[in-house]
Amino acid sequence: MTAAALAGKRNRRRGLIPGVIAILISIVVFIVPFVFIVLTAGKTQKEASVLEFSLPTEWAFVENFKTVIATQDYVLIRAFVNSAVVTVLAVAIQVILGAMVGYVLQRRRSRWNGVINLFVMMGLIIPPAVVPTIWVLEGLGLYKTLAGLIAVHVAFGLSFCILLFRAFVETIPRELDEAAIIDGAGPVRLFFRVIFPLLRSTIVTVIVVQAVTVFNDFTYALYFLPGQGNETVQLTLYNYQSQGLNQWNLLFMDVLLITIPPLIMYAFFNRQIQEGMTAGAVKG
Amino acid sequence: MAATTVSTASRGAADNAPRAGAEKRRGRGLDKYYPLYFHLPAALFFVILFLVPTLASFYFALTRWTLFDMEFIGLDNFAQFFKEPSLVKGFANTFIYAFVTSGAKVVLGLALAVLLTSQVFGRNYLRSVVFFPVLVSTIGVGVTWKVLLDPQDGLVNRALAVVGIDGPGWLTDPGLALFSVAGVDVWKGVGLATVIYISGIVAIPHEYVEAAKVDGAGAWQIFKNITLPLCRPATVTVIILSLIGGLRSFDLIWTMTRGGPGFSSDVIASVIYKQYQAGFYGLSTAGNVVLFLVIAVIVIPLNMWLNRKGNRS
Repeated sequence: MTAAALAGKRNRRRGLIPGVIAILISIVVFIVPFVFIVLTAGKTQKEASVLEFSLPTEWAFVENFKTVIATQDYVLIRAFVNSAVVTVLAVAIQVILGAMVGYVLQRRRSRWNGVINLFVMMGLIIPPAVVPTIWVLEGLGLYKTLAGLIAVHVAFGLSFCILLFRAFVETIPRELDEAAIIDGAGPVRLFFRVIFPLLRSTIVTVIVVQAVTVFNDFTYALYFLPGQGNETVQLTLYNYQSQGLNQWNLLFMDVLLITIPPLIMYAFFNRQIQEGMTAGAVKG
Repeated sequence: MAATTVSTASRGAADNAPRAGAEKRRGRGLDKYYPLYFHLPAALFFVILFLVPTLASFYFALTRWTLFDMEFIGLDNFAQFFKEPSLVKGFANTFIYAFVTSGAKVVLGLALAVLLTSQVFGRNYLRSVVFFPVLVSTIGVGVTWKVLLDPQDGLVNRALAVVGIDGPGWLTDPGLALFSVAGVDVWKGVGLATVIYISGIVAIPHEYVEAAKVDGAGAWQIFKNITLPLCRPATVTVIILSLIGGLRSFDLIWTMTRGGPGFSSDVIASVIYKQYQAGFYGLSTAGNVVLFLVIAVIVIPLNMWLNRKGNRS
């Protein structure tokens, strides 16, 4: 016991020097860029244009915040609403449909399983064909609509969800299903009343990981939701940058604002995010 | 991940072999409680918005197409793709980008994971800080680093100037732009590689390391003979994941350089976007088919090869 404690202490002391070095490096490599974002977001336009790493002589944080929000007729607020709608609906649909497929895929051995597994792998590996997808969306009347973007996110994200759910359903004993069946549950009730609630931990993982993914998406929004009026938050940042106005303080205020939702997610669900990312690791 | 899928499937089959008869009968009886129509809603999304466009792309790639008008032109798009220097450049850059980022993520991710699974001071802080950029949107990262890498005013070159080094034009030098973006990609993505490696290293039974220590193995020998071979599944995952991500990469490159200067940092995905923007939908879709084939040709054999080797040991 004491020997172990001693060894532990020695180990810890040995880890002190590399730890301090790693922390110093991490400050330069990871912390400084984030501090730079915050500082620049708090500067006046004149000071920010120098791009110096320094404290603002006069804090314009609140002012910049108000300006960014009010820019282009409050486009950022509209964008936040759009992003929230897309994220919530896309992730909700992914969770329910992904769980249904993962569950039946694991429980039932059917001739379709091979095909479904193939589709899942395809969904993970193949890059979506963007212009033909636009063509399909156009045909459905969903091009340039939030509903279209949501549907696209669902289609592209399902594979990852199915994999996670299938793996977790495997750990739920079949006896539970049988008990519910004896109690007279039909297939729909069996799934939504018995199985679905038991998937809770995987559901949380999928929600958190996919919410971050959908919220941060830029490429699909750029392709499938062009034009004014239905920007997502990532597109506002892109448009800001494209205008090249050199208003760095406002640009970085925007960066800061759209980084806050994932930051909050991370603060609360650190473990789930890391586990989910690792589990679905093939996701490009 | 593909590895896990295959192995669980075969394990399931092996487990059930002895009592296959009973299981089958039992399974049959319960089949109606696991209805196949549960697949339908998901299949609807997948087939309409993924499978149909993917299959259609093989046809549209052979046309001159404006979404309203189309004309069948055979393999002309592909011929053009491999004839025009700017497009060929994008093709070559895609490989460079994918292999550079993938290699760097493997090496750095493994090194960081080894450090962060040891008794290092400030471990939890380090884990969080390395992982955090994974969560920031790619476009946010791109915008920020574009400013930090500015040749005159950027923080990076200012810091270098303090030490007396004349920093290059990271994003404006044609020979350097692609690698600068790749570097930022690694900065953003290394946290994910690290987390995958950490879970791989933690899964290694402690007894192996202790037995090796008793035998007098040093830290390097333990790493070389125990850690490295036993976290092979993690390595496979990191390589496959970062290769697919690297080959597809678009948003970071587009935000930081728009494929420039010239075409020096163009990749297939940015070529696809440029052709789409210019209204050449057929050519753009041909780019998509090329990307599809490139990924299939690299990732599928690599995945099989890596997994076969893994299973043998």
